[in-house]
Amino acid sequence: MYAFKYQRAESVTSAAEALSADDAAKVLSGGMTLLPSMKHRLIGPSKLIDLTRLTDLIGVREQADHWWVGAATRHQDVASHLGLQKTVPGLAQLAGLIGDPQVRARGTLGGSLANNDPSADYPAAALALQADILTERRNIQADDFFLGMFATALEPDEIITGVRFRTPLRSAYAKFKHPASGYAMAGVFVAQYPPAVADHGGWRVAVTGVANGVFRWQEAEQALVKGGATPALQRDDVIDDVHAPAAYRTHLAMLMLVQACQAFFDHPKPRCRAAP
Amino acid sequence: MKLTLTLNGTPRSADVPDRTLLADLLRDTFGMTGTHVGCDTSQCGCCTVNVDDQAVKSCTMLAMQADGCKVTTIEGLGANGLHPVQQAFSQCHGLQCGFCTPGMVMASVDLLRRNPKPTPAQIAEGLSGNLCRCTGYVNIIHAVQLASQVMHGNAP
Repeated sequence: MYAFKYQRAESVTSAAEALSADDAAKVLSGGMTLLPSMKHRLIGPSKLIDLTRLTDLIGVREQADHWWVGAATRHQDVASHLGLQKTVPGLAQLAGLIGDPQVRARGTLGGSLANNDPSADYPAAALALQADILTERRNIQADDFFLGMFATALEPDEIITGVRFRTPLRSAYAKFKHPASGYAMAGVFVAQYPPAVADHGGWRVAVTGVANGVFRWQEAEQALVKGGATPALQRDDVIDDVHAPAAYRTHLAMLMLVQACQAFFDHPKPRCRAAP
Repeated sequence: MKLTLTLNGTPRSADVPDRTLLADLLRDTFGMTGTHVGCDTSQCGCCTVNVDDQAVKSCTMLAMQADGCKVTTIEGLGANGLHPVQQAFSQCHGLQCGFCTPGMVMASVDLLRRNPKPTPAQIAEGLSGNLCRCTGYVNIIHAVQLASQVMHGNAP
């Protein structure tokens, strides 16, 4: 690891100022990706500004039609939150499937979204749950936030403070984990809203781990509305690597869609079955 | 940078470079070499220690992030003889070469804190961040079951 200066943030404002003042500074949240990247000398920030003790950024709260989750909230605290388990089970379930217990004890929501790993779990939840990503200067809709592999709409000196997940009628997440890394080889988040609240009759389906970045699977959303079979996933940016060829990943996406739908309904319904 | 933490019940201070990892602070500065560094890439879990009672991988945490915290290493578990989890690992032969054992024990202590009566499947998931390259997992799961029984009266 290259040498750097460690600074504990006193407030979001002071952290943003410190970040603006130094182009090579970075914010530290859980550090579950940042620290390994630094140890591999893939990056060498001049300074790390630690956000994890800012209590304003920690917590899970229900507010009107959404749930606010602070950016520095640990995965384990989302996974074990009783209110979320009851009303947004897909989100609690997703948080409990990230990495392993030690990772969930450190990793944070804001860090995961800002990193936007194409195989990370939280981006799928943010996209399917029509999230607003809140920063110290504005609100960004999830539909506008994720810009492909490790790319987001965040400015270099912008800090995520929290996320508002719109409360769905129902939600579920299914993930095929890479057996060694625990990252999604395919992860599908399905959420249902009243028809007026989301296009495609209220259904939102977001997929991670399959392509160059998280995406909405619009054909699956349409099929859930109409009750028809979902056509096989067609994309030209499906990840094709040593772990899984593109055709296998595409197939896994379909299986995870079916699995999420089965968790979704009390009884598996034929209209959720994948096309052969 | 200066830091202070409570290590195995004793207040300790150090002045270390900002980039020092918690694992290196524990081993090199405080001599707690029971915390093993296996992969140094947050895969294997051998370096697991408990920070404010939560199991973390100390190779993927800065020493400064533990400033002001309560840190427990394998050396601090059995202040009065072996901890029940250590005793169970010994009794069930939940180790072969023993390299992963400190991490396995620390992760198991945290698992039993969060879930005093885990099923074998919950134990396997709870220890999924720890690798045993001797593949001695069956006896490790038996050991956690035994510890659960001794500590919380869980039927085996």
